[in-house]
Formats: sequence, structure tokens, C-alpha cells
Amino acid sequence: MEASIAGSQSATGRASDRSLRIRNLCKEYRAGEPVLRDVSLAIEGHGLTAIIGPSGTGKSTLVRCINRLVEPTSGEILFRGQDLVRLSARELRLARRRIGMIFQEYNLVERLSVIENVLCGRLGYVPVWRAWLRKFPEADVERAFQLLDAVGLGAHATQRADQLSGGQRQRVGIARALMQEPDLLLADEPTSSLDPKTSVEIMELIARRAGENSIPAIVNIHNVGLARRYADRIVGMSKGEIVFDGPPQGLQDSHLLAIYGGEGWLE
Amino acid sequence: MSDASLPARPQRVAFPPNWPVRIGSAALVLYVLYASTVLDMTWARFMTGLDQGARFLSRMFPPNTAADKLGLLYSGMTESLQIAIIATAVGVLLALPLGLAAARNLAPLPLAWASRSLIVAFRTFHPVIVAILFVKAVGFGALAGMLALIVASLGFLSKLVAEAVEEMSMKQVEAVRATGASFLAVVIMAVLPQVMARFIGFSAYQLDSNLRNSALVGLVGGGGIGATLFTAFQRFDYDFVLTIVLAIIGVVMVGEIVSGFMRRLFQ
Repeated sequence: MEASIAGSQSATGRASDRSLRIRNLCKEYRAGEPVLRDVSLAIEGHGLTAIIGPSGTGKSTLVRCINRLVEPTSGEILFRGQDLVRLSARELRLARRRIGMIFQEYNLVERLSVIENVLCGRLGYVPVWRAWLRKFPEADVERAFQLLDAVGLGAHATQRADQLSGGQRQRVGIARALMQEPDLLLADEPTSSLDPKTSVEIMELIARRAGENSIPAIVNIHNVGLARRYADRIVGMSKGEIVFDGPPQGLQDSHLLAIYGGEGWLE
Repeated sequence: MSDASLPARPQRVAFPPNWPVRIGSAALVLYVLYASTVLDMTWARFMTGLDQGARFLSRMFPPNTAADKLGLLYSGMTESLQIAIIATAVGVLLALPLGLAAARNLAPLPLAWASRSLIVAFRTFHPVIVAILFVKAVGFGALAGMLALIVASLGFLSKLVAEAVEEMSMKQVEAVRATGASFLAVVIMAVLPQVMARFIGFSAYQLDSNLRNSALVGLVGGGGIGATLFTAFQRFDYDFVLTIVLAIIGVVMVGEIVSGFMRRLFQ
């Protein structure tokens, strides 16, 4: 086990492995009604990419297609030398271990303790009996504690997850994702259920942890201000297509009009 | 009148008559009257019945507490308790996998339907009928009663497990799945924590109900206190019958307290 926490894990020369190539991705939940229309997107092996766009435009579907919580209809998603779309169930499981995900509603297992939730991030690595008996390897437990300290919840380790506030839960969600030692972080509207101040703190935390460990992060977010503030790159989507792709400084009102339509809201 | 100033409007009905319910209730009353004449439910018949009942009751008092009878009571009761506890334990152990296999949100559909059919088969007949079948199949005694109660427990518990699993939050499951956890690990860390409290509640309830039913299956040859009760009836030992009935009431009440306590323990 690496001695330091998320810090140095596999950072040594892996950065090149961490890029993601999405090619011609299409998704139709119902035939003839595409949610994603031929999306192609290349994410370099570092930096935070924010995906913005109106509700129902396929941001969530795009992010969920990457770890196949949603099955793509067609296209390729290349990551660590594999096309994720074509993986068998077992290969997909192994690939998912390297993709951490943060959810809008935190999706913690409510009746488990905080530390158990964080250790869920190791389930892809440890044998089932260890999870059953809660005999996780010492190093994993130690790292879980360190991650909890890092997100400011060291004192809450044995509390049940349903006793935490929204912001605290999302911190646990982040720790769980980092616990996987991911090569890619996905976040699906991580701040949409939080108040403005907590939202900033959570984005700050995601950006910092991703940056420090040079983990590329893809964050769906509909708060344009937060996107501008924390993203290295902004991808704007509208009606299942990418209509803007560039650095935050390049995002003009005209682009926002193209992404969201209307104009009254811009003033 | 202030109403006068309001514009006239068409008469509106807050509670329109519900004709299907009215007709249905009238039909039910008529049918009950008709059925009771057919079944000779006259006042005179009722009075003869009461008369006979009074004589029966008077022969029950005082309850028989002779040492040999108490010995019979004790051995019958312990056998019933053993039947109930073993049947509950085995039922609980088997119901968890069967219930999971029957949950349509976890198991592949063919497996779910097969398991559901099995559960329906278990639930079709009352424990007494199942006990009669087992008495014919494996002979008189505790084994037949136990098998009958295992079937009953399995039918009840696995159906409730399946329902609890189908009602659980899939978000928590999705999040654990996204870490690359295997199916079993998902079950252990995301499914069981959500359904365990309810499952323990059901199991406590089933223990309670097995205690009551263990007397019942004994009546048809399934061993235990029911067999003792049946013999006492046949020998017109009505005073001993009363002793047995009181003992059963006592045990069932204690069982209810214990199961209530267990349920509260695991809320």
C-alpha cells in the first residue's frame, strides 16, 4: 500500500493514462428520441471540466454513460486503453474501480456509518468476506480515516450517514470516490441539493482534491458562476449536443444564449 | 346577507352520491340475510348452542393441574417451542436468498419470476393444510409440523424481503455499484443495510406467529402441544384442555412481548 493518502497514489507517470476520449456517443432511452446526439469529447488527463446546460439536455446521461450506469446506444468511450462501451460485465466492474463518482443526492448508504460508506470505495478491491465481516485491510481503514480528516469529518467516522447534514454527506461522498484511488472523477450535479455557501465549499473541495492528485474531473453543474470559478474548461450542452467548448474566460453571454436560450435571465 | 353580493352561480355538489358503493352495501346486507336463513342460523339454534357451550365450559373448571398432566403439558410445550424456533431460524436463513432472488430490481427477470412462483406456491395453502400433507409424507410427529412451519415462514418472509428490496432506494445501490463492487458486495453493503431492520422485524413477527401455529399444526399430527391438546379433547379431558389452552395463551403472550422487544431493538 502507498504510505500517503490519495496524494501520491499512482500519480507517478500515470497522468497520460488518465485521458478520456468520447467518440460519436449516442443515447436514446426511447428509439427515435435521442438524448445524446453524436457527442465527441476529449478530456485530457488532468483539470476540471464543467459541463453546463439546461435541465434535460443530456448532461447527466453523458456522465452516466462514462461508467455505464446508463448504457450508451452507440459510440466509443476510450479510457485506460479500453473502450468502456464494449466491456463485459466483469471488465466493466474492474474499470469502474478507477472511476470515482459523486452524486447530486450524495447516494450514501444511509444506515451505514460514515467510515463504512467511505470504505465502500474499496469494495472493488477487497474480497467479499472482508466487507461482510467488516474486516477491511488495515491500510484501507487507515486511509479512510485520513480521507475523512482531509474532508473535515474525522470526528464523525462512526456516526450513521443519515445523521449528517447535506454538506457533510457530500463530503463523505467525495471521500468515498477518492477512496477508490480513481483515475477519473465524475460528479453529477454535486452541489444542486446544497445551499450557496456549502456549494462553494464542495466545489472547492472537489477542485482541490482533483488538482492535488491530478485526477481529471468531469462535473455536471448548472450553476454557471461556480463553473466559471472552478473549471479549467467549460463544455456547454444544448439539446444533446455540445455547443460550446473552451476555457471559462471564453464563455460569453452569446454562448450562454446559445446554451440556455431566452435572454431575460441574463440581466 | 353578504352572499347576496356574490354573483349567482350554478349549484355545486361537494359530496356527490356514490351509487356503486350504495348498491354494493345493499347487496351485501341482503346476501348476509339470505345466507343465514340457508345455514339455519336461527335464534333457537343459537340458544341450544349456548346451552351446550355452558355445559362444556362447566366441565372445564377447575383446570387440571395434576402432576402427570403437567408433565405432558411441559413436554408438549417444549416440543412446540422447539418446532417454532427451529422453523423460524431455518425459514429466516432461506428467506433472505429467496427474497433477494424474487426482487425484480435486483434479480434477472426469469429468476425473479421463478422465485415469485415458488413463493406463491408456499403461500397458497394454510399451514394446517401443508402440515396435513407433510404428516402424510413423513409421518406423524414434530418433523412434519416443523416442515410445515418452515414452508409457512419461507412464504411469508421471502415475500416481505422481496417487497422491501423492491422499495429500497436504488440510488444507494447505484452508488455502491459505481465503485466497481461485485454483486455480492453490493448486496452486503447497499441492499442489506436498507432492508435488515425490517427483515428482523418480520422475523420477530414470524417467530410470534410460528409459536401460535405450532399449536395448530399439532392438531393435525404435527407434534407438539397441539398433539397433546388433540388427545385431551378425544379423551374428554376438558379440564386438562383448559390447562393447555391457558398455557398456550401464556406462551403466545410472552412470545408477543419478546417479538415486540426484538422489533424495537432494531427499530
